[in-house]
Amino acid sequence: MLADPVFLLAVAFNGLTVGAIYALVALGLALIYGVLHIINFAHGSLLMLALYAAFFLFTLGGVDPYVAVLALAPGFFVFGYLLQRFVIAPISFGRDTNVLLVTLGLSIIFDNLALYLWTSTTRTINVPYAQTYVDIGVTAVALPRLVALGAALLVGVAFWLLMTRTDLGKAIRAVARERQGARIVGISVEHIFAVSFGLGTAVVALAACLLLPTFYVTPTVGYAFVLIAFTTVVLGGMGSFIGALLGGLLLGVVEAFSGVLLGESLGQIGIFLIFILVLLFRPTGFFGQRVA
Amino acid sequence: MLAVDGLHAGYGALRILRGLDMRIERGEIVAVLGANGVGKTTLNNTLCGLIRPTGGAITWLGEPIAGARPERIVASGLIQVPEGRRIFPNLTVRENLELGSYRRARRNRDRNLERVLIWFPRLGERLRQQAGTLSGGEQQMLATGRGLMGEPQLLILDEPSLGLSPRMVDEMFGLIRRINAEGVTIVLVEQNVVQSLGIAHRAYVLENGVFALSGPAAQLVADPRLKQAYLGL
Repeated sequence: MLADPVFLLAVAFNGLTVGAIYALVALGLALIYGVLHIINFAHGSLLMLALYAAFFLFTLGGVDPYVAVLALAPGFFVFGYLLQRFVIAPISFGRDTNVLLVTLGLSIIFDNLALYLWTSTTRTINVPYAQTYVDIGVTAVALPRLVALGAALLVGVAFWLLMTRTDLGKAIRAVARERQGARIVGISVEHIFAVSFGLGTAVVALAACLLLPTFYVTPTVGYAFVLIAFTTVVLGGMGSFIGALLGGLLLGVVEAFSGVLLGESLGQIGIFLIFILVLLFRPTGFFGQRVA
Repeated sequence: MLAVDGLHAGYGALRILRGLDMRIERGEIVAVLGANGVGKTTLNNTLCGLIRPTGGAITWLGEPIAGARPERIVASGLIQVPEGRRIFPNLTVRENLELGSYRRARRNRDRNLERVLIWFPRLGERLRQQAGTLSGGEQQMLATGRGLMGEPQLLILDEPSLGLSPRMVDEMFGLIRRINAEGVTIVLVEQNVVQSLGIAHRAYVLENGVFALSGPAAQLVADPRLKQAYLGL
């Protein structure tokens, strides 16, 4: 079976569709890390909040997640912006270690708030297209997974355009490496920090809307994703956006193959095996740069 | 154009500037001279809003700007080319220059880019190169070009000769004179006394946080107190 190229392609493609979500969650994490130089411990909690937002929009308002994304992505951008600018930054007094602790504290607050308000019940939605399969030649893929893959690739392109073609993107990259120089040309570093946090949060909201049709939501749903996203960011190179996207897709494929080899429930072993190997042999990641 | 009165600034309990008075008139080149560690860079960073002064007033184009945010000061045309260049190493030369007009003169970006490349033709050959790969002299040109992209009314150059070869230093000072001739007022903060006084109209000599000496450059060159103040003898 493993020698059958059609089967291998099918597994690989399936892995890519799962990896697309990993890639999006990791992209947000990499952006925030790249610019603020901190790991956002609240990242998984923000994903969870976005999943609940999409869930309630669907169950209470009848809004399809693919439509809800049009409101949730901008909404979460604003939420992330305000969170960084008016909560995280003021409490942290400009010290990176404090930022780390504040995001950890926020995640505890969000998770327990969710547990209190919405209980630990696992919730899912039923959309008709979740059971629609699309034949792509080597295999049939559930429509929402195909959409997720397409969206991740689109976001990758949009992100690249934003970062290289707009002043905002250039300013974000400038702040990532040279904060003082950025201030000198009149870039508000505080604003760019908040924009980056907002963008990272908006991408998470997008991931949530793509995920919900084939997944579930509980107050602790974020953990699994953020752990993989962290691995992805290390794999791709801390702060590298392309590395995060490719790393996420790659980890999806790795998970799919180790699932086939070791059994579905052990699929994630492959991810962490890769994680350890990368740390051993290439600690800067595939696209990371050594910082003097 | 710029008036500084009784300026005090420092870092925490460390008081670096202790009562500076300074006047800059439109069209001048004014040198601020002094040995290492006397507060030259602190003065710059205070003028540009990177450090909040602890006392005194800064009046720029008739408005008080002491303690204003750096982006507001840049927007008003007071622009710094910092010590250590502070270019963006991960961006291309072109992107570095473009960000020079992030806050000011964005509409004239193409025209100003052309102008900067006439002053610094070597940057034109390297537009697509990552700025971190440039030589020290080229990085200084880039930092200066980036400053000019914002159409400064007053350009503060902090140690533009630092780390450059003697030939590059000559080239740099020649360019500063040309830039001034095109209407940009310049404050030249330097350790290189002789060459700075060679192009400056007036100079201030900073010593331990106060101006020990000031006057027309031609007069200062001959003043025995200059050597005394500068060398701390």
